[in-house]
Amino acid sequence: MVWKTIARHLLSPLPAPRQADPAIAAALTARLKAAGAQKLGRSLAVRHVAAGSCNGCELELRATQNLIYDLTQYGLTFTPSPRHADVLLITGVAARNMLVAVREARAAMPDPVLTIAVGDCAVDGGVFKSSPVITGGAESILPIDLVISGCPPTPAQIIEGLLALLEAHG
Amino acid sequence: MTESWNGPGNFIALWTDATTAYALYQPGRLVSTPIAENAYPALANPAAAWFQRLAHDTNGHIATGAADTRPAIEHFTAPDGTSAWPDFPAPSGEGEHHVSVGPIHAAIIEPGNFRFLLLGEQVLKLEARLGYSHKGTLALMRGKSPRLAARFAARISGDSTIAHSLAFAHAAEAALGLIPPPRATHLRAVMAEMERLANHASDIGAIAGDAGFAFLDSRLSWHRESLCTAAHAAFGHRLMMDIVIPGGVAGDIKTNGPAAIRAAIDALETELPSLTRIFEDYAGLQDRLIGTGTIPPALAEAYAATGVVGRASGQKQDARLTPGYPPYGTLALISPVEQEGDVAARIRIRLAEIAESIRMIRDLLATLPDTEIALAPPSGTGIGIGVAESFRGPVWVWLTLESGTISDIFVADPSTIHWPLLEYAATTGILADFPLINKSINPSYSGVDL
Repeated sequence: MVWKTIARHLLSPLPAPRQADPAIAAALTARLKAAGAQKLGRSLAVRHVAAGSCNGCELELRATQNLIYDLTQYGLTFTPSPRHADVLLITGVAARNMLVAVREARAAMPDPVLTIAVGDCAVDGGVFKSSPVITGGAESILPIDLVISGCPPTPAQIIEGLLALLEAHG
Repeated sequence: MTESWNGPGNFIALWTDATTAYALYQPGRLVSTPIAENAYPALANPAAAWFQRLAHDTNGHIATGAADTRPAIEHFTAPDGTSAWPDFPAPSGEGEHHVSVGPIHAAIIEPGNFRFLLLGEQVLKLEARLGYSHKGTLALMRGKSPRLAARFAARISGDSTIAHSLAFAHAAEAALGLIPPPRATHLRAVMAEMERLANHASDIGAIAGDAGFAFLDSRLSWHRESLCTAAHAAFGHRLMMDIVIPGGVAGDIKTNGPAAIRAAIDALETELPSLTRIFEDYAGLQDRLIGTGTIPPALAEAYAATGVVGRASGQKQDARLTPGYPPYGTLALISPVEQEGDVAARIRIRLAEIAESIRMIRDLLATLPDTEIALAPPSGTGIGIGVAESFRGPVWVWLTLESGTISDIFVADPSTIHWPLLEYAATTGILADFPLINKSINPSYSGVDL
């Protein structure tokens, strides 16, 4: 039965549990404290929009929510609705076919809105830079407050970037 | 010509260049027909529809006699920048209604627009409109050397970056008559099986998560994370992008790499039996999975379905075995096949493949040949077809080289054939089952938007 298995998992020690790099985790926690309650105040909700990615960035964004990185411990959550979101997080090259959807998502968000471009494609188009069917980077659609580069950026880099945004704009 | 144009053999892909339309059949047989007055005869196979729509949108060629002429990529062509849904009339019967989802989805996934026609909760029809991730990748690969273009192949679908890089490398190597050194093919297979493990673990967990079973999702995403960390320790990149290149691999496995990989697969192997038991024992979960999203073997055969989707519906095709490529000939790979064709069968296939991949990675790491890892591709001219089995199914690449640069290329991700099957499978159940069906097939958006 499932309960037996879950109980066994709870009771038996797992083989060498892995953790996020303790140095990074400690630094992030310290920065979160410094940014503090007055800046954060409440949890920050992130609406992600894929604007023409290869889906690599989405894999790493999802990984920020796993047991190792546990994004919610920093007060950060992904939300399905732009109406609940404080942050618009864009991945991908800014494909022409996504321009309308990105603008509509931004328009549906209550101000103030912080915008982040995650991944080299969202920074400037990445390897797809010269393609005629993209406008090349999230900044070509709307003003961007922060870029997190990498192809794709690692989960730790993404979380670091999100906290940097809190510090700068809290 | 027309007879061979329409087969025989299982359809794989269709594309066009300036003068010719090409169709590819298993196990890699290429047939062609000239394009006259901007048109070529449509294929009878239903799986060809998306390819024909794509050829129209990218090259302007018309498939004469095609039943499905909707746009694949170029949607917003009306004068006011909008696009019609010609195949989606207003609900007609009592109680029928539309639900439109996307192109931005609720979760952290790629964009696509799903339109459902519902009667109560029952899905009567699903139409998936794709193309939102269209990046013009194929056009960017033309005019570049195989080594330069490999960066694009690695980004056609990030979750199968190894398989796409590998299929591309196989095609370039076939065109140039280049045989990569044995250590390279071994390392490629290690990476390909690591990629399969990470994706299968993540997919199984995501299906359970969508059925409200967070425990399985948590544990399996933990294992995916371990595999990515091991990949980083072994090859310097969590997804192992840009390491498989034409001629071999860009870097050798790091000294501590084999140990890191063994630790990750050992942990997965240790926990997998208890996680599998939860799947099998928990009636509430099985109730959501068994008989959900059934793709009958006859339909899978008509579409020549491949990969996990095909093998869960009685289709034996596995590119690692047929046509096959090194080093799988020496690994005694057993590719599992099921007949039920439902979400539960697709999970069972993935679980069986995880066990096989773990076994093969151990074998490969224990027998790494001591050779060089790459040969420089010569500047040559030729045509090559390459294939590699991704975690979804086979990725096929066709390319032509002229004096060392790519003059034309086409890439067929298995998702191209899986999308219409997802549209069908959705209509076998209620809307609330769609997330499970969708995750169990898990077609790539970027892989077909090209």
